[in-house]
Amino acid sequence: MKIRTVNYIIACKASYFIICKASYFIICKTSYIIIYFEKGENRKMPSDIKGRIFNIQRFSIHDGPGIRTIVFFKGCYMRCAWCCNPESQSKEIETIIEKDKEKIVGRDVTVDDIMPEILADLPYYKRSEGGVTLSGGEVLCQADFAAELLKECKSYGLHTAIETAASAPFSEIEKLLPYLDLVLMDIKHMNSEKHKEYTAAPNERILENARKIAESGVELIIRTPVIPSFNDTPEEIKAIAHFAKTLKGVKEHHLLPYHRLGTDKYKGLGRYYSLPEIEPPTREKMEYLLSIAETSGLKCKIGG
Amino acid sequence: MENIKFIIEKSARIGKLINDLYEKMPEIESSRARLVTESYKMTENLPIIKRRSAAFAHILRNIPIVIRENELIVGSATLAPRGCQTFPEYSYEWLLGELDTVATRDADPFYISEETKKELREIFPWWHGKTTSDLAKANMSPEAYEAFTEHSVFTPGNYFYNGIGHVCVDYGKVLKIGYRGIIAEAESALKMLDVSDGDYVSRSNFLNAVIESCQAVIEYARRYSVLARDMASKESNPERKRELELISRNCLRVPEFGATSFYEACQSFWFIQLLLQVESSGHSISPGRFDQYMYPYFKKDIDSGKITYEAAQELLDCIWVKFNDINKVRDAASADGFAGYGMFQNLIVGGQDIHGMDATNDLSYMCIEAAMHVPLPQPSISIRVWNGSPEPLLIKAAALTRLGTGLPAYYNDEIIIPSIMARGLTLEDARDYCIIGCVEPQKAGKTDGWHDAAFFNMCRPMELAFSNGYDKGKKIGPDTGDVADMKTFKEFYEAYKAQQSYMIKLLVNANNAIDTAHAVRCPLPFQSCMVEDCIGRGKSLQEGGAIYNFTGPQGFGIANNTDGLVAIKKLVFEEKRFTLCELREALKANFGYGVQGAQAEKLTTEIAAELMRQGIDINESAIRTIYDEVTNQTSLSESEKARYKEIKRLIEEEAPKYGNDIYDVDMLARDVANTYTKEVEKYKNPRGGIFQAGLYPVSANVPLGASTGATPDGRLAYTPLADGIGPASGRDVKGPTATANSVAKLEQGVASNGTLLNQKFHPSALAGMSGLTKFVALIRSYFDQKGMHVQFNVVTRETLLDAQKNPEKYKTLVVRVAGYSALFTTLSRSLQNDIINRTEQGW
Repeated sequence: MKIRTVNYIIACKASYFIICKASYFIICKTSYIIIYFEKGENRKMPSDIKGRIFNIQRFSIHDGPGIRTIVFFKGCYMRCAWCCNPESQSKEIETIIEKDKEKIVGRDVTVDDIMPEILADLPYYKRSEGGVTLSGGEVLCQADFAAELLKECKSYGLHTAIETAASAPFSEIEKLLPYLDLVLMDIKHMNSEKHKEYTAAPNERILENARKIAESGVELIIRTPVIPSFNDTPEEIKAIAHFAKTLKGVKEHHLLPYHRLGTDKYKGLGRYYSLPEIEPPTREKMEYLLSIAETSGLKCKIGG
Repeated sequence: MENIKFIIEKSARIGKLINDLYEKMPEIESSRARLVTESYKMTENLPIIKRRSAAFAHILRNIPIVIRENELIVGSATLAPRGCQTFPEYSYEWLLGELDTVATRDADPFYISEETKKELREIFPWWHGKTTSDLAKANMSPEAYEAFTEHSVFTPGNYFYNGIGHVCVDYGKVLKIGYRGIIAEAESALKMLDVSDGDYVSRSNFLNAVIESCQAVIEYARRYSVLARDMASKESNPERKRELELISRNCLRVPEFGATSFYEACQSFWFIQLLLQVESSGHSISPGRFDQYMYPYFKKDIDSGKITYEAAQELLDCIWVKFNDINKVRDAASADGFAGYGMFQNLIVGGQDIHGMDATNDLSYMCIEAAMHVPLPQPSISIRVWNGSPEPLLIKAAALTRLGTGLPAYYNDEIIIPSIMARGLTLEDARDYCIIGCVEPQKAGKTDGWHDAAFFNMCRPMELAFSNGYDKGKKIGPDTGDVADMKTFKEFYEAYKAQQSYMIKLLVNANNAIDTAHAVRCPLPFQSCMVEDCIGRGKSLQEGGAIYNFTGPQGFGIANNTDGLVAIKKLVFEEKRFTLCELREALKANFGYGVQGAQAEKLTTEIAAELMRQGIDINESAIRTIYDEVTNQTSLSESEKARYKEIKRLIEEEAPKYGNDIYDVDMLARDVANTYTKEVEKYKNPRGGIFQAGLYPVSANVPLGASTGATPDGRLAYTPLADGIGPASGRDVKGPTATANSVAKLEQGVASNGTLLNQKFHPSALAGMSGLTKFVALIRSYFDQKGMHVQFNVVTRETLLDAQKNPEKYKTLVVRVAGYSALFTTLSRSLQNDIINRTEQGW
């Protein structure tokens, strides 16, 4: 957000006047009230950076603390076979068939375009200590836009979070860190080959980014989607849990059970779902894997 | 781990009490009808107020009494569990006509024996011309009567056919001084009178009636004392014998004298609650701030070690079961509207005290616990919420919500207190408000609120705006012009407002006609003696004895009208996609969809009857032709039908809808609501008070929707209207926060007779401590924005569908319907569907 020079001169009867230039104040003495606003200069220029998003979901309670609004970014580096938001993967604007009707997925917006919808739930964020979560797709594919959006949210005092797979150069992540309270980061598998086989990306950079985010001091929660046939053995979960334990300051590890709620969308997009045969893990299985994850000593739970 | 306060083990007794209560279908008994008639026949020479007290006394001396197995709190109006008495002094014709069908009807069936039928058939005809209903009809202007009975613009049917109820008396006073104390007050008021006073006759008659009523109540309690003693002497189980002896002692002491223990206070409370509902047939007799007036007795016994938390909880649970022992039979149409054997006994906990400090105490929590132990529709438990409400109380309340019984309802002190102060209550009285019936705030013990005065269907004036005041071929509204000539949105909107304002006048006339009839024919000395300042003024509540007097008719249909007006503004006047005339024709033709099923048959019969009245010969083939026309619209061309369907599609898809946090739409909704609320408040009632509007339909949006044609929001004819002040069913697509934001933009404070917002959640939204905490935050945030009331259905769609299929499996499934909780399987099919179709919020 570019802030142009702004001059307010506020002179008060109590012998103070304030010159506000950008964001600093000089307080001087004078004798009566004048409020002076220099015309012709906007306090703030709307950012012309556009982001491509495909949904804004309000009253979300499983993606960070409190009641939250999630902004879903379009476009992803990875292609996870189980992805429940397949319409989020391509960065192109697409058409999906939903209930026999065509729907356009994806729209280009500026920060100012979407702030009103985000701010509409301000009372709920305040009462629940909630805020905004950027999700996707992959937020880091549009790091400049994400940074602008987070910065604006921070200016309203909102709690901010991202959900990310962190498979991007760290320089992209760094753009966001100053405006973030929480990073919800997936670690899906410790074996890079298997990781690549199921997600189209190796995991070395992800693991390295996890360490760097942890060291930046921003709160980091590790999340693992539990996908039968991919990472649902005790050994695989244990390996992730123990890696998470080595990250500085990380206190929590969440296991997210696989679900099939997104499978219809593949059809709607004219795409093929490559994991038709797998069943969601049972409650017992999740409890068991939870007990395995807990051996790391981190606070673990099922669900976000 | 969840940290929920006051989890107290449920006594085994409670399950047994519930099972016994629900073993059989509820039954109609005739004893009260017989006794009231006997008494009236003997008192023809007396003034009405004395006839009322004489009848009340005659009933209480002779009505059969019963102590049910395992009861600790006693007092039943009927021998049969969940049975009901009848009240012919209000109206009887409907019951006479339904005696043979009441046991088999769809909503709220009652068993009735052949003997009872015979007896009622003998009793009822004596009342011809003598009922409140008869007098109300005579009092009413013909236009108002027709708008109510023929055209269903509004219905004050509740008070037209029944008692008023809708009161919260000063329970605390009776607990403290007993009826002996009230008698002393009346006697001293009598002494203050002088025989030469201008109003000596009416005052002394009233005060003597109060004394006679209170004495009758004392005698009634003594009958229970004797019965308990007799039962104890025959009881072989020593445990039960001891219990019965204690019951006998309690009933000897209360409610005659002030209670000296928590147990006595509980028994005394129950006699008050029960007998208010024997004196009159009015429902919504609300216990109000039970946690406040019961607390001193609880605290004393707990502090002295006389009672344990477990024992106190068991007594509360027993009272909770007893609330469900009281029942009422309504006519078939009202049963549809009030479905679920609703008695609307509203009990509220928490909130501020008269000094503006938080009033929450242990009993507030234990009342919520009782509602968890006794998952039945009564009482309607409510929570007062304000900025100082302790979080654990709301967490406990949320845990109750999660059980899916539809309880509790949440109310916002921060808007209700200023809103009723604006109606003339003092700050202290406003802070001490409770809720009556569904959602109506009042100051207990000082108010005659006439809260449920009528349902006003705001969609009907909208129809009249299209027809220039015609309905069923008859001119019933003012001239507001042909829609063909309307050039601007404003012209149309003004026409709607003019139709509505006229109908509100008729509504006021109807209400005041009924109000006067109750004052003349059914003043209630017993109820009145517990409301200030009846004794002081020497007149009954019905004659204006209360400090605060209101009449509160409630409007509904805001969402339908708003969505319709938005569509008209955008599609007719801004985009010119179709004309008002085309829309009018589309509405007449039900958007080209015809009318099906029972509605088609009803409509066919109506048309045939009208034609016959006009002297046209109707044979079988003519009826067939009418029916074909109604169902298939044979006179319309295919292209016309297609055009009307297209208009409906345009309205649905291209006009924005209320409930999605869209500023312009929500502000129009606010204005639409104000067209009703700010018009109603201009009028006065015969008790010296004013009208104040409510905005809620209870469940009348279903039956009154069934007499409303297609509406310009794209709603098909005869389908349910929008519920409460919420969005139309299925049209809110942005989740519960957006819905709440939209609704919060209405000027709810003007609707000081109450507003109602139903939200529906899956239980998963309240999972774990974090779910409960976020749920509480959601309520608080809605209330931060000046929402007045919210309640929740937490049950899955699958459960409800299964309950429709297998009602026997879901006998005790309670869902929240509008202002109260009801047993789902006792609701009519259409109401069940409406509940199922409501947008599922959250997950």
